[in-house]
Amino acid sequence: MVSGQELPFWQEFYVKFYQAFLENDRWLQYLQGVGNTLVITAMALAIGILLGILVAAIRTAHDQQRPGKHNPLLGILNGICQVYVTVIRGTPMMVQLLIMYFVVFANSRENNLIGALTLGINSGAYTAEIIRGGLMALDPGQMEAGRSLGLNYLDTMTFIVIPQAFKAILPALGNEFIVLLKDTSLITVIGGKELTHAAQAIYGRTWEQMFPLMIVASMYLSLVLLLQWLLGILERRLRQGDRR
Amino acid sequence: MKKIIAMALSLIVILGLLAGCSNNTPTDPATDPAAALNLVKPGKLIMSTNAEFPPYENTDDNGNFIGIDIEIAQAIANKLGLELVIDDMDFDAALLAVQNNKSDIVMAGVSVTDDRLLVMDFSESYATGIQVVIVKEGSNVTMDNLGEKMIGTQRGTTGYIYASASPEDDGYGEDHVIAYDNGMSAVQALMNNQVDCVIIDKAPAMEFVKNNPGLTILEGNWVEESYAIGVDKGNTSLLEAINKALAELIADGTVQNIINKHIKAN
Repeated sequence: MVSGQELPFWQEFYVKFYQAFLENDRWLQYLQGVGNTLVITAMALAIGILLGILVAAIRTAHDQQRPGKHNPLLGILNGICQVYVTVIRGTPMMVQLLIMYFVVFANSRENNLIGALTLGINSGAYTAEIIRGGLMALDPGQMEAGRSLGLNYLDTMTFIVIPQAFKAILPALGNEFIVLLKDTSLITVIGGKELTHAAQAIYGRTWEQMFPLMIVASMYLSLVLLLQWLLGILERRLRQGDRR
Repeated sequence: MKKIIAMALSLIVILGLLAGCSNNTPTDPATDPAAALNLVKPGKLIMSTNAEFPPYENTDDNGNFIGIDIEIAQAIANKLGLELVIDDMDFDAALLAVQNNKSDIVMAGVSVTDDRLLVMDFSESYATGIQVVIVKEGSNVTMDNLGEKMIGTQRGTTGYIYASASPEDDGYGEDHVIAYDNGMSAVQALMNNQVDCVIIDKAPAMEFVKNNPGLTILEGNWVEESYAIGVDKGNTSLLEAINKALAELIADGTVQNIINKHIKAN
């Protein structure tokens, strides 16, 4: 490139796109970023769902005890869960990441894993409240019917309550998954290497921000569209037995 | 009502076009040398910078801009008979300001690369920037085994760009380099043993080492690079004027005096 040279619009457009995507096989960096983003999201999702189910189960079991009965162990667990949800929902994601990286895991070099773990713990708090909402919203008559038919508490939950609640919370759960996928971009602050990092690394070299940012934005959008499509399929599949 | 709005809108468009034209009206270069320059505002040399980069540019306690780049820009403005206006912003934004015609020049310890030449033009070099390696005291990191270690850098700096290049391009590969949002985070990670060393500009490196016991700077320079003044692509008249002024200032020793004043020989 010669100093002082000006290019016609389309040529400049192409050159900048070339620079942002094709030169030195930079598209490979984006692809790697997509791969890392997906892996981190999957790990965070797994942690988030596990934590969410656990916390929601404890909180619901505590809140739905028969009047006059009070299990002290559940009381303690419920307290712990409430603190967890309050603290995680009450502090910014980015601050949590920085604390986990610089304070809690100050000796670890697994930036991506720390990021996934933090995102999972964060997502768990929100997922827990979504699941709890679903379980609590179901008519208590369903539980009573199950119990009076001779099913024990766990069986009633697994075969009667949870299948119905799951259907109701699916849209909200989908929301949370989408937010989680996009929140992976925050792990760049602790040196994580995912899709946003690829864009930052490339425009750090070229000093041309528009194309790398547009490229990653469209990649995030495609990932979310894919997720949305899968959730739509699941939702339709679950709705097959509905009378509405 | 619609007609009035339509007329008002078309009037605005026409006036905008006229204003656009008037900016480009050439003035007679023979009468006034400064008028021949393609400037954002006539008579003013607007410089965008990121005043967080001592000793090249920073602010004193009263908010005044000080540093090597500031003084050199002032000297150039004096030569060209222009008034220097300094615009402080983020590093990225300082570079974009020139491309978007919000400022005439960018001086922020900017080094020239091929990629950057695509979007901007650069003057001759006026100073040399040095990147060094910070390590923990007693660590086994040397200039030669950096490729086997984890390196912390600041995102967007040439330290990051060179170090994360593939080994064929004299880098260490992306897997050995971590980019942090600022130099302080990189140094904190070094203190935590999350990276083995930090590559950063020499001047901030000395500050970090001074303030964090247990850190030291490796002997020797990791890389030396030339700083230049950036102007909008295609603004040849301004570039030539700056190069001419800069050559005179280098020849009569002004530039060297300014640099010596800010960087103590050690």
